[in-house]
Amino acid sequence: MKKHYETVFILTPVLSDAQMKDAVAKFKQVLLDNGAEIVNDENWGLKKLAYPIQHKSTGFYHLFEFEAEPSAIAILETEYKRDEKIMRFLTTALDKHAIIYNARRRKGEFNKPKEEEAKS
Amino acid sequence: MTLQNEPINRDQNQKKYCRFKKNGIKYIDYKDEKFLLKFVNEQGKILPRRITGTSLKYQRKVAQAIKKARHIGLLPYVADSLK
Repeated sequence: MKKHYETVFILTPVLSDAQMKDAVAKFKQVLLDNGAEIVNDENWGLKKLAYPIQHKSTGFYHLFEFEAEPSAIAILETEYKRDEKIMRFLTTALDKHAIIYNARRRKGEFNKPKEEEAKS
Repeated sequence: MTLQNEPINRDQNQKKYCRFKKNGIKYIDYKDEKFLLKFVNEQGKILPRRITGTSLKYQRKVAQAIKKARHIGLLPYVADSLK
């Protein structure tokens, strides 16, 4: 029974662009091999970290939103732990409200109205 | 000295409301740090419900979202001047 998941990981900034791209491609491949169906794939690029992680103050953020068997997550996480380019990762399961939220977010509904919606 | 009722200024203690119930927000995104900053004080600590007025159910969701945001480096664990 497939569940919705969302995973965010941070790559060390010392990588060249090529290394960074194939690291991301490698993880996408790991997902696809385990029968995951990638719904969304976002690259936030180089972002400043709120606190130094492994003595670095910036990192490449990348986000995958996918649908997979629960067993695929353990494989994905060991892959993360094995790869030393990954500074930090977070995989979360998405409930139905989260799925609706992400769908709206992809449609770009949240750029401006987010402020009014939160403030009103 | 007669007992006098002090005037109650209405606007000062107007009823707090839970912004999530009011706006119908169902999911709090841990990736959206601009929104989460509203629930964190200058030192990066999570604001209590009596200040923000959020209901228990959504306060727990906000706390979980803030902790996830801290884990992936979007929000600091300790900050001196966050806002």
